[in-house]
Amino acid sequence: MFNEFALEHAWLIPLLPAVSFVIIGMLTRSYGRLSAAIAVTMSTVSFLLAIGVAAAVAAGNITVDAPFVQKLSWFHIGGVEISMGVLIDPLTAMMLMVVTTVSLLVQIYSCGYMKGDAGYGRFFAFLSLFAGSMLGLVIAVNFLQMYVFWELVGLCSYLLIGFYYYKVSAREAAKKAFMTTRVGDFGLLLGILLLQLTFGTLDFLELQQLVPLYILQFGSGFLTIIALLLFVGPIGKSGQFPLHVWLPDAMEGPTPVSALIHAATMVVAGVYLVGRSFFLFSQLPEVMTVIAWVGGFTAIFAASIAITQRQIKRILAYSTVSQLGYMMLALGVGSLTSSFFHLMTHAFFKAMLFLSAGAVMHAMAEEADIFKMGGLRKKMPVTFAAMTVGVLAISGIPPFAGFFSKDEILAAAASVSTPLYILATLTAFMTAFYMARLLFVTFMGKPASQEAYDHAHEVGWFMRVPLIVLAVLSVVSGLWAHLVGFGEWVRFGPAQHEGINWLIAGSSTVLAVLALGLAWKIYVARSWDVDAIAAKCGVLYQLSFHKFYIDEIYAALIRVFVDGAAKVLYWIDVNIVDNIVNILAGLVKAVGELLSPAENGQAQSYAGVYLCGVIILLAYGVYYASKLMAMLGGAF
Amino acid sequence: MENFPLLTTVLLAPISAALLLCFVSARAVQSVRVICAAAMTVALVLTVYAFFSYDMSVGGMQFMEDVPWITDLGVHYALGVDGISLPMLLLTELIGLAAVFSSWSIEKRPKEFYILLMILIAGVTGTFIARDLFIFLLCYEVVVIPIYIMVIIWGSTKRVSKEYAGMKLTIYLLMGSAFMLVGVVALYLQAFPPEMRTFDMQALAAAAQAGSFSEEFQIFAFFLLLLGFGSLLSMFPFHSWSPDGYAGAPTAVSMIHAGVLKKIGGYGLIRLGLLVLPLGAKFWAPLIAGLAMINVMYAAYIALAQHDLKYVIGYSSVSHMGYVLLGFAALNVVSVSGAVANMVAHGVMSALFFAMIGYVYERTHLRSVRELRGLAHQMPRVATGFMLAGMASLGLPGLIGFMPEFTIFVGSFSEYPVFAVLAISGIIFTALYTLRMLARILFGPRDSRFDHFEDARGVAMMPLIILGIALVGFGIFPQLLMGMVGSGTEQLLPLLDRIADAPAVLGGIR
Repeated sequence: MFNEFALEHAWLIPLLPAVSFVIIGMLTRSYGRLSAAIAVTMSTVSFLLAIGVAAAVAAGNITVDAPFVQKLSWFHIGGVEISMGVLIDPLTAMMLMVVTTVSLLVQIYSCGYMKGDAGYGRFFAFLSLFAGSMLGLVIAVNFLQMYVFWELVGLCSYLLIGFYYYKVSAREAAKKAFMTTRVGDFGLLLGILLLQLTFGTLDFLELQQLVPLYILQFGSGFLTIIALLLFVGPIGKSGQFPLHVWLPDAMEGPTPVSALIHAATMVVAGVYLVGRSFFLFSQLPEVMTVIAWVGGFTAIFAASIAITQRQIKRILAYSTVSQLGYMMLALGVGSLTSSFFHLMTHAFFKAMLFLSAGAVMHAMAEEADIFKMGGLRKKMPVTFAAMTVGVLAISGIPPFAGFFSKDEILAAAASVSTPLYILATLTAFMTAFYMARLLFVTFMGKPASQEAYDHAHEVGWFMRVPLIVLAVLSVVSGLWAHLVGFGEWVRFGPAQHEGINWLIAGSSTVLAVLALGLAWKIYVARSWDVDAIAAKCGVLYQLSFHKFYIDEIYAALIRVFVDGAAKVLYWIDVNIVDNIVNILAGLVKAVGELLSPAENGQAQSYAGVYLCGVIILLAYGVYYASKLMAMLGGAF
Repeated sequence: MENFPLLTTVLLAPISAALLLCFVSARAVQSVRVICAAAMTVALVLTVYAFFSYDMSVGGMQFMEDVPWITDLGVHYALGVDGISLPMLLLTELIGLAAVFSSWSIEKRPKEFYILLMILIAGVTGTFIARDLFIFLLCYEVVVIPIYIMVIIWGSTKRVSKEYAGMKLTIYLLMGSAFMLVGVVALYLQAFPPEMRTFDMQALAAAAQAGSFSEEFQIFAFFLLLLGFGSLLSMFPFHSWSPDGYAGAPTAVSMIHAGVLKKIGGYGLIRLGLLVLPLGAKFWAPLIAGLAMINVMYAAYIALAQHDLKYVIGYSSVSHMGYVLLGFAALNVVSVSGAVANMVAHGVMSALFFAMIGYVYERTHLRSVRELRGLAHQMPRVATGFMLAGMASLGLPGLIGFMPEFTIFVGSFSEYPVFAVLAISGIIFTALYTLRMLARILFGPRDSRFDHFEDARGVAMMPLIILGIALVGFGIFPQLLMGMVGSGTEQLLPLLDRIADAPAVLGGIR
């Protein structure tokens, strides 16, 4: 009964948080607690509806081949018809669950975390809009609806990353996030336009029918271009190389926002877009190869940066980039199931890692450098436990969630390309190492600063409960999904009935354990000197620590090709273009002055003759010029 | 309501306010303001009524009025609106009312200022509701006078003096009208034999359809109109008046000029250029598309190098007009609809921008992004206005700017793929200069210099409320606007089909 209701009213899932945004923004902004209550209530209802939808999908006849659709015309003009609506299939249902769960928990956590902030109400308004936009994106029925919410997600990230707008760093990070993803959106929009022009529709289900027919008839050349353009969007949004630069800076926002951006909203939008349009991508092997390698390269590239970073949130940010690379890699090798499986488990443990990091920073008076922490395990046992679970999960240690999803990706990669498999395995090793480094340096050993340590304290219940819930999910979600047959539901094409590949799973687990051991040896047992190792690596260490200087390179390029060019063009505009017009005017004036003595001395007559002369001269000139042009035009 | 002369009332509202003001004491400032606000409210309410009661299923000209005026010349006082002019009329009244509120705290000769403002609004209103070319030109000329006086008396001197700005605006407006005049007279003479001559635009369009204008004549006459209307629309290379002019003008003039007056250019190109001279439009379309692309890119780049807020928005508006030109040049129903809708969208957002800049300037006497900072601390509402306008300007979905741009892109892509791709890349640069500007003036550390300035409230909030409603309303429900525009542009379909294969300059470069 409730399932049916939830399904029929799935449009409420994104609408409720949006309504909460409007209510808080218009009315209750100045009343912090009330605003928070409204946001959490709306999110809870959304969450319950999402459960209903998921239950309806699990119980009913809704599969990826027979989705549930509702739509309304949004606007139409001259044969272009755009709808807004709801498309529910197992993919959507899973995403709805993940997004509503994480955003609800983050909101609860924020009730404690943001206490005392002057912008408390504003924060909950933006969080609500963020969740609403992401949910609107998830249920999209066509590319344009997806683009609309895609952009709104971008707006919300801009508002939230720049939440502490008085900080210059936050302001710049927000701008950077918007601009970098905008570059990706340019490609995405172009791809969407080409789809509209080629097929006359943007509807996912209609396109799904049309694409194979088109390939049969015209080949896949043009579609490859379209798909590559579309993929530029996800490169920007999901922080893939070379548009990953905004994501680490996005930690300038309050920590709950980082958790939301990195786990459930925003960055996974790119993965979701590729998954949603898999009917297109999977038909184009060249594009799939590009996706796989972009993902694979991003995974190892970001991991190699994360190893040397010192700020707790920055390490986590690069690990997100790396894990998103994993998901892209999985999509590129054709395994939608493993990609979305990892998306789900990652959402849980990454949200928890960020929220734990927030708890740590909260306790340490906003200190972010892990080497200035240390020994916190006794002071913050719950956070320590949560963080440990997160690290074990992301490292792929059984039976934590990451083990199952990562294993599936490795197996999928191995079946397609050995180099990609090696890349992914290496990344897994590095991931386990730098995550263990983070955990050990922060919580083990002796406190780096006794004073800060003395002030540290465990977080309150508002922040503790979400951590615990996420920790439980990080333990059980992998095994649970594995047992209920995740791949039966979330899939493209026939379900893949693969058990665990023990050879791959075993070897990656061994590697992960080795990495953990290595980190223990270096950072807890201190058998080797860290600085000596860094010095030995020399250039490599510098490259990694400075993020391969990508930010600096981009800044230089922008200085020359954007700001430099802008100055040159402005000079041209003022001194040349404007002057030509002025010279023309001067010429006219000179002619007028020549003729003026012939006149009777009345100002009105001067003006009249002046104007007539101009008009006649120009008119005739233009007439003959146009005739000439017409002849030329005909000749072409 | 059947025989109520709605459009005449809309036109007369500001005129009668201006007349009434002549009899109000200059010291009764509050009465002056209230009279204008009341008149514009009446005009806006009637226009909104017309907007929602216009019968889209019938289409064509509605709310028609026709009184013979100068019978010897065939001039009629003929009014009417269709799906193309009604959105422009709505835009005029929205911005008109907002401009009245934005000028509320003018201290220098408020009575005279408001009289001129009312004449200005009446002139612009007249151009959009005229069905008769004579009335159209008359109203257009009426606009020039108040603009000049308002700029040189109430304007501000920064990079250029207000006198220079006023002169530049006026000369370009006059240049436009000179070319237009020649073109219109040529049309008038060519269309019918002497005893049947008329300025009725529909009759002229019918004459064009009947073949009264040779192809060569159309090419020639359209070029004249293009020079006139193109200058008005700040088409490259006739754009430089736009930033200089807005910079010198007082807030209300900037709002009306950028918001609606400029759009007479685009409106004229469609109403006269396309409907009466279709072969001419077709011939010059590739050139227009090329210039459009230059408008978009070139002006967006230059906006990046600006420091004065009004210059940023001035160049930004040049850039946005490029999209309008591109939509026009592609000559199909989708793209032309996008062009019309984009004029409305840009009108609302630029008026809001100028209203906000005006509010800040009036208090701080600063307009430079180098000096203004962190205004979100002291003026959160003004900051919200800036954000709304900025986000609409960079084409954020859910606000008014997105759907028109998308429609233009869809419509123009198959005609001019290369130009279209370049123009679409403009979304990156628009975002860049908009976000930079917003970041510098609104965010960052609190600056105590601005602590004693208060946020907008009361009357000062009205422009933000009026324009904000349009900005969000049309953004979330684009069909409100697109349906109306579509009912106008779909009437162009037979015409556009007819000229589809007509020759174009340079062989119709793609």
